[in-house]
Amino acid sequence: MTTTPAAENVPVEHHDAGHHDIHPIRKTAMWVFLGSECVFFGAMIATFLLYRSEFADGPHAEEVFNIPFTSASSFVLLMSSLTMVLAHHAFEHKDLRRARIWLMATALLGATFLAGQIFEFTEFVREGLTVRVSPFGSSFFMLTGFHGAHVMIGVVLLAAMVVLSLSGRLYSDRGLNIELVGLYWHFVDIVWIIIFTVVYLLQV
Amino acid sequence: MTASTYHPTPRFYWLVAGALAVATAAEVAIGSIEFFDPIKVVGLFGLAAVKFAAVVALFMHLKFDKPLYRGLFLVGLLVAIPVFIVVLLTFERLT
Repeated sequence: MTTTPAAENVPVEHHDAGHHDIHPIRKTAMWVFLGSECVFFGAMIATFLLYRSEFADGPHAEEVFNIPFTSASSFVLLMSSLTMVLAHHAFEHKDLRRARIWLMATALLGATFLAGQIFEFTEFVREGLTVRVSPFGSSFFMLTGFHGAHVMIGVVLLAAMVVLSLSGRLYSDRGLNIELVGLYWHFVDIVWIIIFTVVYLLQV
Repeated sequence: MTASTYHPTPRFYWLVAGALAVATAAEVAIGSIEFFDPIKVVGLFGLAAVKFAAVVALFMHLKFDKPLYRGLFLVGLLVAIPVFIVVLLTFERLT
């Protein structure tokens, strides 16, 4: 389905009353989900703190961590929150073309973060830090791996938003819209803010 | 304009992102430079808390949105923090 130039700046909206009434319920459900995710990640961060000094035969954190590299990755993820909120802002102002550009930028930044994490994991394994070598390794990979999986899901959702926008099926009042995907994406960012501090900066 | 529909301008978002970037640079400095060791834990947790709050309040619009959403998120946080502390106390990692 193609969109005319005039239609580019006007998000297609569905004003069916039934769907409109459902929108706050979806948003409420998203906040409930995010609240539950706080407990999920809180438990995993606590687990990491329990084992943060148990290196067994594996390498110590300061031997493998590359803080400048992880700082750059953190900056990339932080900036993806900016592009996400700009996408939402553009969509709210019915500028679909700009919203799509910011969505693509967010997905690209998310994919860059993931690529960095894969590179980092590969380096750690090469240097002897694996899931099985020590309690520190297990809890580190469990926490950062689950976070990475959340980022991957977010990138897929963002890509889906871009595809929907190209086919003119991006709605503000139904479905998994930009606002809900944005909330999820920002949550992934705030979890990384904590992980970066607790797992990386306090370990070195 | 109702509280739930108010959104700041893109310029405001850029300024917030700039402040977050500066805070991240400060975190890296505190974490890496020995001079800051006396304030390392407090400084890092303080900056992380400020960044966390800024993203939640301004990028996730919790500051401008319905109090219900704020409450739901806070319930999650308020459940997570005691669970977190109890786990660490149980294994004597906070004593």
